[in-house]
Amino acid sequence: MIQTIAFYLFAVLMIASAVFVITARNPVHSVLWLILAFFNAAGLMVLVGAEFIAMLLVIVYVGAVAVLFLFVVMMLDIDFAELRAGFIKNFPLGIAIAMVLLAELVLGIGAYQAGALQLGTPDGLAAPMADRSNIESLGALMYGRYLILFEVAGMILLVAMVGAIVLTHRPPKSARASQNISRQVARRPEDAVVMKQPTVGQGVEL
Amino acid sequence: MDTATSFALIAPELLLAVSSLLLVLAAAWGGDKAARPVTILAVSALFGAGLLLWPVLHLGKVGPETWAFGDLLRADAFAGFAKALIYLAAIGCLVVTPSWFDRMKAMKPEYPVLVLLATLGMSLMVSASDLLTLYLGLELNSLAAYVLAAYLRNDSKSAEAGLKYFVLGALASGILLYGMSLLYGFTGTTSFAGIREALSGEMSNGMLFGVIFVLAGLAFKIAAVPFHMWTPDVYEGAPTPVTTFFATAPKVAAVALTARVALDAFGGQVDAWRQVVIFAALASIVVGALGAIGQNNLKRLLAYSSINNVGFILIGLAAASVAGASAMFVYLAIYVAMSLGSFVALMMLHDEDGRALETFDDIAGLSTKRPALAWCLLALMFSLAGIPPLLGFWGKFVVFQAAVEANLVALAAIGIAASVIGAFYYIKFIKVMFFDAASPATVADSTRAHWAVLGITTLIVSPLGYFLTRSFGDLGDKAASALFLLP
Repeated sequence: MIQTIAFYLFAVLMIASAVFVITARNPVHSVLWLILAFFNAAGLMVLVGAEFIAMLLVIVYVGAVAVLFLFVVMMLDIDFAELRAGFIKNFPLGIAIAMVLLAELVLGIGAYQAGALQLGTPDGLAAPMADRSNIESLGALMYGRYLILFEVAGMILLVAMVGAIVLTHRPPKSARASQNISRQVARRPEDAVVMKQPTVGQGVEL
Repeated sequence: MDTATSFALIAPELLLAVSSLLLVLAAAWGGDKAARPVTILAVSALFGAGLLLWPVLHLGKVGPETWAFGDLLRADAFAGFAKALIYLAAIGCLVVTPSWFDRMKAMKPEYPVLVLLATLGMSLMVSASDLLTLYLGLELNSLAAYVLAAYLRNDSKSAEAGLKYFVLGALASGILLYGMSLLYGFTGTTSFAGIREALSGEMSNGMLFGVIFVLAGLAFKIAAVPFHMWTPDVYEGAPTPVTTFFATAPKVAAVALTARVALDAFGGQVDAWRQVVIFAALASIVVGALGAIGQNNLKRLLAYSSINNVGFILIGLAAASVAGASAMFVYLAIYVAMSLGSFVALMMLHDEDGRALETFDDIAGLSTKRPALAWCLLALMFSLAGIPPLLGFWGKFVVFQAAVEANLVALAAIGIAASVIGAFYYIKFIKVMFFDAASPATVADSTRAHWAVLGITTLIVSPLGYFLTRSFGDLGDKAASALFLLP
């Protein structure tokens, strides 16, 4: 029973926050709604007994990707004074969202304690899990059967890194003044010193 | 099958992967000075990988002995043929690149490394026999291609091309992934063999949607109408050596991948996708021909020409027979030679200051200024138009023959009629070069590397190329029978 309630709660909240992601006019709010959507997706994963994927969702998406999004959003031209002006007005909303997350956490843990949701499969029987946790099963697949694909994914990340450097890296201009002795020695007075005879009332033209 | 055998089967890919990793290090430590040595090493790595393909190509291997890593990859005759074409095209593109970028002092050692990594992705694409391998290979290739398109980062057109290619490529990947998830959901497997088996019975709506979405995503990658809109902008904006690369190697990989998916994974349901392919083929031929007519920029014009050619290649796929697939590969090989040649000729058209001459006004009267270049272009354009003594005609001929044999007479007839429209702008090229008053622009000398590639491709498309038709046909047949799992 508690699982069913938790399922509908997570599912409805996830869809609602996904809708808000695209309807929110303020990109910062969009990202915050997105984080809520990720949290609810993680909750759904816990319900079906895929704890590892749930943890990945929270750590990778909420932790890293959402923070990255926030960085990008911060670089957009946003009037932060206007944002802060709405802080008091939006404070109750913020508190409400925080309460929702807290309630979900409690409910999610409760549902998890009560055992995983029975998934409907075409023949009415879920495939029996091997006698190991799903982290072990994933690891066995990734480093066994799909080893070559795992390595190829590594190559893709390498391409992304090389590409980012090629497209953005510029030869560094050294921050400190560097001393080039041969240039100093080769410098002649006639290159460096200009003699001028300024007339009265006229400026000096260099 | 043990891991050692699997590794032996993917030896060309391993060579490419290891050499690109080493060259990344060389590029990091060597700095811009290392650009030329790294390019030479990358070319030799591609050449070495090509030599490793020899046994597969020579023996025409098919069947379970070519399946690596539990049927994630297949190193069969089909993959061998496509890889040989891809490596040759990539070598051709790399050879002509350094001198072009040196004109604007933009040659960096990362360029050949990215080309190598893209080629590795293409290798995986053409030997994929699992949706996961397919997707990872495609992304490895595409990601490197996005970077290459935006390679001249200070040039606004190049940056625009990179951005457009990235956004539309990401959209295409999304469509493809959605189709793949539907297929996985409805068939319960990601392997081509498993999907073929699951699709063999009655097809549900979900499966049909999956098949259509996957084909739509692949049509984006081969730039078939109605998913061609990115091609003219990207081809025009990207630096010319990159455009040369896009028009040759990735095109081969994407077409080969489409053939493998359509004929192997969806091979049991030909009727489900045949109308889609027929529509894409005819629309590509017509849009490619009509769209090119109004163009004044030569790179844009050749982009439309590549869309047009993809249409003819898809006619071979629509036949869905061994002859059709074989015709497709023969056309693909000839197309690579033609487009490599014509883009290299475009790279050679620049004045003394290094400004590229890429409009019709610039090449007016080229025959009086650079007769050799003009005559090479004449051969390439007549070949692209499919005028008989040149090899382009033979490619079109085998494709139409296969279509007629598969009882697609109407398709062949419309295709032939539309290819006449395409002849208009190829012949306009020749009219402008040979019969118009010379433009004031001077054409600077070209390097030997450019002349070598242009000369070789012109020789291939010239009537002398008919000596190659037997070995092309033979390799094409072997590749096609590997696709249909015939011994």
